[in-house]
Amino acid sequence: MKNWQKYLGLIISLLAVTLLAVWPLITSKPVDREVAFTILKGIALASSLNIILGYTGYVSFGHIVYFGLGGYIGFYLISQQGWSIYPSMLAGGLIAGLFAFLLGKAILRLRGAYFALATIGVNMAVLSFISNFDLLGGPIGMTLNFNIYKEYGGAAQALQLIFYLMVAITLITIIVSYLVRTSKFGLGLLAIREDEDAAEVMGVVAPNLKTWAYVLSAIFPGVIGVLFFFKNGSIEPHPAFPLHTSIELIVMVMLGGQGTVFGPILGAAAYQRMRGLLLTTPIFKNIQLSVAGVLLLIIVLFIPAGVVGWIRNRFPITRRVLQ
Amino acid sequence: MDFLLASLSDGLLIGFIYGIAAMGLSLIFGVMDVINLAHGPVIALGMFSLYLLYSVLGLHPYFGLVIVAVVGLLLGMIMYAIVVRRVIDAPHLSSLLATFAVNMVIIGLGTAVFSTAPYNVDFSLGRFSVGPVTLIATRVIGALVAILVTIGLYIFLYKSRPGRYIRAVANNKTAAELVGVPSNFILALSFGIGTMLAALAGALIATFFPFTILAGGTYELKSFVIVVLGGLGNPVGALVGGLILGLIEGIIPTFMETTWVPVVEFVMFVMILLVRPTGLFGAKQ
Repeated sequence: MKNWQKYLGLIISLLAVTLLAVWPLITSKPVDREVAFTILKGIALASSLNIILGYTGYVSFGHIVYFGLGGYIGFYLISQQGWSIYPSMLAGGLIAGLFAFLLGKAILRLRGAYFALATIGVNMAVLSFISNFDLLGGPIGMTLNFNIYKEYGGAAQALQLIFYLMVAITLITIIVSYLVRTSKFGLGLLAIREDEDAAEVMGVVAPNLKTWAYVLSAIFPGVIGVLFFFKNGSIEPHPAFPLHTSIELIVMVMLGGQGTVFGPILGAAAYQRMRGLLLTTPIFKNIQLSVAGVLLLIIVLFIPAGVVGWIRNRFPITRRVLQ
Repeated sequence: MDFLLASLSDGLLIGFIYGIAAMGLSLIFGVMDVINLAHGPVIALGMFSLYLLYSVLGLHPYFGLVIVAVVGLLLGMIMYAIVVRRVIDAPHLSSLLATFAVNMVIIGLGTAVFSTAPYNVDFSLGRFSVGPVTLIATRVIGALVAILVTIGLYIFLYKSRPGRYIRAVANNKTAAELVGVPSNFILALSFGIGTMLAALAGALIATFFPFTILAGGTYELKSFVIVVLGGLGNPVGALVGGLILGLIEGIIPTFMETTWVPVVEFVMFVMILLVRPTGLFGAKQ
């Protein structure tokens, strides 16, 4: 096999994201850029969740906690301490990662339903704590002074910059996801997913691997949180930790195919597009949640491997291309 | 002191109702290892069923409870037949997502019909005093109904034939099938009873608190805390867990801001999962 063909899975994934990023630049309509931003955000969040959910097999139901936590830390640094967006994003990601490291040491000992419940509990505990924590604005949250965007050449310029940063984060997330998937580390994670006890017998140091997978999957939501709330201009406890979005992310991963690199990209794009269409169609507007629920049910009951997983199983030749 | 007594008794009365909601969740987990993420919307449906029966049809609320119970039982059995049956042997992710899908469908339809505006059942039986404590009659009756339901469930599970079948299936499904227990029907029945308890809890809460279609979510999260406190899959533990949670909710506001209650609850929830995942009273083996 030629050298570049080995990386076909990665190339296709990166190409898909790049096309999505270039599309609003060609049409140069702000609406398209917003749509692309939402989809990219979904892709990056779903891909990072996939590291712990798809590769390692641990169902994190409260993954959005890292999005909110990173968002809060970054927002605090930008609005109260006057930091610029770049170091704030770094800080948001690092703190989310650190929190995941400490927490992961404890809750990754739990398995199956117990782990899922614990992640819901952590999300709710952090949400209710921040609602009471006055330094971070308590129940009303914080807002940005509009002047802050001047530093980046005005609000319009800042929005453009935020979009480019989002594209960059998404590409990095996918590269990391690919590297994890194809590395020895990733093989260890897949072994844990299949049978954790057997993996340990074979010499996989499960506690360490799980913790690092969890930390990796938490850093990106932390960074994206900072970016998202910087764009948003305000942050409040409930929109920062929406349990519902956690589950939407799981739906994206499942829809595309858990445990694959391309799956979350496809799943996030399809889900976000579908959600957008349902919300703008008059008949479905009010019951968009129900329609999404029925769709989720169909996936879970009939194609649990997701679209990419299904194609890979059905047409083995595609396994070289889709990863 | 009087204030403490008053808030303790309020907490205790509410605790019984939290208890039966959590018992439903615990029963379902104990019998089929499924965490029912559609529990909250069923609680909300219980609230709205009572609202419709009382405010639209003009039935007496406590008679309405009977109808809510029957509707809850049937709804649960239908949910089992359509959804849960197919994911019962699948990994946890499948059953969590499948029940969450039901959650989304119910909330979506509910929001379309009732919007997210608050409703209330305009019903009062006044209040009465016991020593220094004034109690609201609807809450006392709610707690009494919850106790009766618990006793009824206990007798059903331990004395009746279908109840014994349920315990047999919970204990070992294959062995139960071998001796002729119709496991599919029994699982459907258990799921039905679980949702019935949720609907009843919702209806009882509706007799004294205002509610929205999304209100079930809060009580679902409380049920998680209680179930973990009492031991997953242990219905009796769930009732005691409900009382503990009710007491905590009664005590905390006497020395802290009320908004700290969820912080304490969820930190406790995670701590118990970490330190003693079988809960205070032992989980299902």
